[in-house]
Amino acid sequence: MIKTLGLRKSFTTRHGTVDAVRGVDLTVDEGEIFGFLGPNGAGKTTTLRMLATLMKPDGGEATIAGVDLLEDPGEVRRRIGYVAQGGSTLDDSTAREELVLQARLYGVSKSEARARTARILDSFQLTEYAERKCKTYSGGQRRRVDIALGIIHEPKIVFLDEPTTGLDPQSRAHMWDEVRRLRDEGMTIFITTHYLDEADALCDRISIMDNGAIVASGTPASLKKEISGDVVRVGVALPAAAAAALSDFPRVELHDDSVRLYVEDGATAIPLVIRALDSAGVALGTIELHRPSLDDVFLTKTGRSLREN
Amino acid sequence: MLRDTWLIFQHQFKALLRNPVWILVGVFQPVMYLLLFAPLLKPALGVRTNAEAYEIFVPGLLVLLAIFGGLFQGFGLIAELRAGVIERSRVTPVSRLALLLGRSLRDTVSLLAQAVIITLLALAFDLRVFIGNLLLAYLMLALISLMTSAVSYGVALAVKSEDALAPLMNTVAQPVLLLSGILLPLTYAPGWLQGIADWNPFSWAVNGVRALFRGDLGAPAVWQGLAIMAVLAALAVAWAARLFARSIR
Repeated sequence: MIKTLGLRKSFTTRHGTVDAVRGVDLTVDEGEIFGFLGPNGAGKTTTLRMLATLMKPDGGEATIAGVDLLEDPGEVRRRIGYVAQGGSTLDDSTAREELVLQARLYGVSKSEARARTARILDSFQLTEYAERKCKTYSGGQRRRVDIALGIIHEPKIVFLDEPTTGLDPQSRAHMWDEVRRLRDEGMTIFITTHYLDEADALCDRISIMDNGAIVASGTPASLKKEISGDVVRVGVALPAAAAAALSDFPRVELHDDSVRLYVEDGATAIPLVIRALDSAGVALGTIELHRPSLDDVFLTKTGRSLREN
Repeated sequence: MLRDTWLIFQHQFKALLRNPVWILVGVFQPVMYLLLFAPLLKPALGVRTNAEAYEIFVPGLLVLLAIFGGLFQGFGLIAELRAGVIERSRVTPVSRLALLLGRSLRDTVSLLAQAVIITLLALAFDLRVFIGNLLLAYLMLALISLMTSAVSYGVALAVKSEDALAPLMNTVAQPVLLLSGILLPLTYAPGWLQGIADWNPFSWAVNGVRALFRGDLGAPAVWQGLAIMAVLAALAVAWAARLFARSIR
């Protein structure tokens, strides 16, 4: 549904040139929820804006829903939907009027636009509020209006930029259900997020972006599986000394305030860790054991934690 | 393109009607000029009747309204930019020219509504004008409004902030106002001032509208004013539409 090769974009600022996106290769299959994960400033939104025809790439190529992005952005626009992060409605507008206009801008007739609006309001449970001004909506309702606006023309693929940022947990869960429903109706969904749990729970496949490039791609399960076994995090005041004391373990990572060990079986490793630190005279602060998460994937690929952002 | 323009215009106009205070606010200031400033004109201009004074003053007032009304439309667009409405439009296949024209035409129609109200009030003060001439004068006002609102939208897209737009528009509007003979005809001006004013396109527009109100349809100022305004309006629209097409942010 989407295929990109070496997509690039740089910006010129007062302080010089910033390479925001440096060669992104992506493949998104039809009918999947594709997650684009990475810290703020990684280049997610820039990539998304290029794919949504809002920004011209400096280089590379992309095919979206069967159309070449650089050759025919107009036709790409007809086939995609895009929902921006910051919302898309004025305070004084009403959901129904905006939806009817939005449908008509795609060339739909007046009666068809009205019928579609009624249907989509219904499926997003917004009918009750359709005539009220957008400023009276809750955060979750307003976000649902944004998404309804993005898919009123029944696109093959919809891009959602951080759709759950700023929502309370309940609205967030509701939004996940909506996204899954759209996928089950046959739409391909490209979603950016910096929430690990969201990428893990919602997405069929993800790519992790850092510093303008893709650092890992796959299903959440397969990515986590690359890190076999368990993760033991040892919190210490002197991580370097601890790492030296633990050098017998196969994979030891040194961080600012901790050391991470990737081990086959965490439960048997913990006593060994404590004993090793003890005999080296390193004072142990905390010790944690957990199954590998996407954060560990990110950490292994980039040496930084996504949570620190 | 026409269909898109009509859709945007309709939508924008509906939003305007939801909040009809604008028409009172828009008319309030000119009416104050009409009531509190115009009575000074008969003695000051040395004309014999009120009607003659209004013939000179009302055209200037209407052009003033068209210039200022247009130049400050960019604020609404900045609110739309901030709310993400423009970005949402830009991922649809809608014509970029329509995004601009729909809005500028809305501004033009609302200006003409105000112009009609002011004309009617001035009629009560003995102003007399032929309907045909009046309609041509309205055409001139429409072209001015189209141009100034397009310029305002273009600048709004370029600067993207109210804080920059307000001083910029004020700085432009003030010399334009003083050098156009809007408040008093430039026939009273010293030669050097007239010389500068000849370079101000709005001064031609004001002269044209005055000639029309005078009943002098054949005056060269009429077609000259209309032609200059038409060319400038076309340029402004083309420029602003290009900015709508370019990437925002």
